[in-house]
Amino acid sequence: MNHLFEFLLRQGDNALVLGHRTSEWCGVAPALEEDIALANTALDLIGQTQLWLGYAAEVEGEGRTANDLAFRRDAYDFRNMLMVEVPNEDFGRTLMRQFFFDAFQVPWLDALQTSSDQRVAEIAAKSLKEAKYHIARSAETVIALGDGTEDSNARMQAALAYLWPYTGEVFVDDDVDRAMADQGVAPLPSTLRGQWTATVTETLTNANLVQPESGFAHAGGRSGKRHTEHLGHMLATMQTLQRSYPGAVW
Amino acid sequence: MSTSKEWPLWEVFIRGQHGMSHRHVGSLHAADAEHAIRNARDVYTRRNEGVSIWVVEAAQITASSPSEKGPLYEPARDKVYRHPTFYDIPEEVGKM
Repeated sequence: MNHLFEFLLRQGDNALVLGHRTSEWCGVAPALEEDIALANTALDLIGQTQLWLGYAAEVEGEGRTANDLAFRRDAYDFRNMLMVEVPNEDFGRTLMRQFFFDAFQVPWLDALQTSSDQRVAEIAAKSLKEAKYHIARSAETVIALGDGTEDSNARMQAALAYLWPYTGEVFVDDDVDRAMADQGVAPLPSTLRGQWTATVTETLTNANLVQPESGFAHAGGRSGKRHTEHLGHMLATMQTLQRSYPGAVW
Repeated sequence: MSTSKEWPLWEVFIRGQHGMSHRHVGSLHAADAEHAIRNARDVYTRRNEGVSIWVVEAAQITASSPSEKGPLYEPARDKVYRHPTFYDIPEEVGKM
């Protein structure tokens, strides 16, 4: 197994799958302003995807491109965490997920800026600026909705309950993580748990939301062993053009 | 959902890359001032238009009344001497 390739797929697939999920709001968000903001976020993530998967394709050295990796792999080849592939459900759950993701991405990308791999450091530096804006917006929205009306609070509490078991996956170190840490490419994800928990606890407290106590965590996305049933449906939509007309270009 | 009923209207002013002053670019809805700044960033600066954003709640703006157009503006119309066009500018001053 090429550990660096696996590592890059994880970064790229997180951004790609969340970017696509976020883009599903385009044209149907609850307000014009939020619609454009979500589209901007989605575009940021797809831009990051191009960088991560572009580098992954180079590292693999099989002549594939970022587009090949995005549009011509099947669900079991994806390496994103499960949290980003579950359906949006409603605006509240979408923003709660974005916040959980951002709360990890900000310290993670910050650490990757000092990666021993120059390309990883450069992609992280560029992505971090976007992630910092994303968390400002997602945290603000989680607080506004959690600390809003009875209905919005109940929806956010439900979103929290649904997503919570998906938040732990990213902190469980495996062989790829250990190899990357040994080479100085990335820190062990488990070392970021404290920072993530502090950010999440502060925001959820300000949002009048009760943090679930369960420590149970779904797993299988980052290794590709077991995705949820939702990823295949999402890919069917996302990849339909390249599947119907392989190699089609603008 | 009628967001216009729930979120007040804000007027947005952006200072461009080379501009000296903020210019009115449009309006949007937002829950509060911070939210309005973020929305303005997402709606009005997507193509690198600005380096600074001002927002002001539309309700806070006092506007002149169109029905008072006559008394407000017409008296200035025949006072051409208020334009500094009757002075001869000496050559050595150059372009003003």
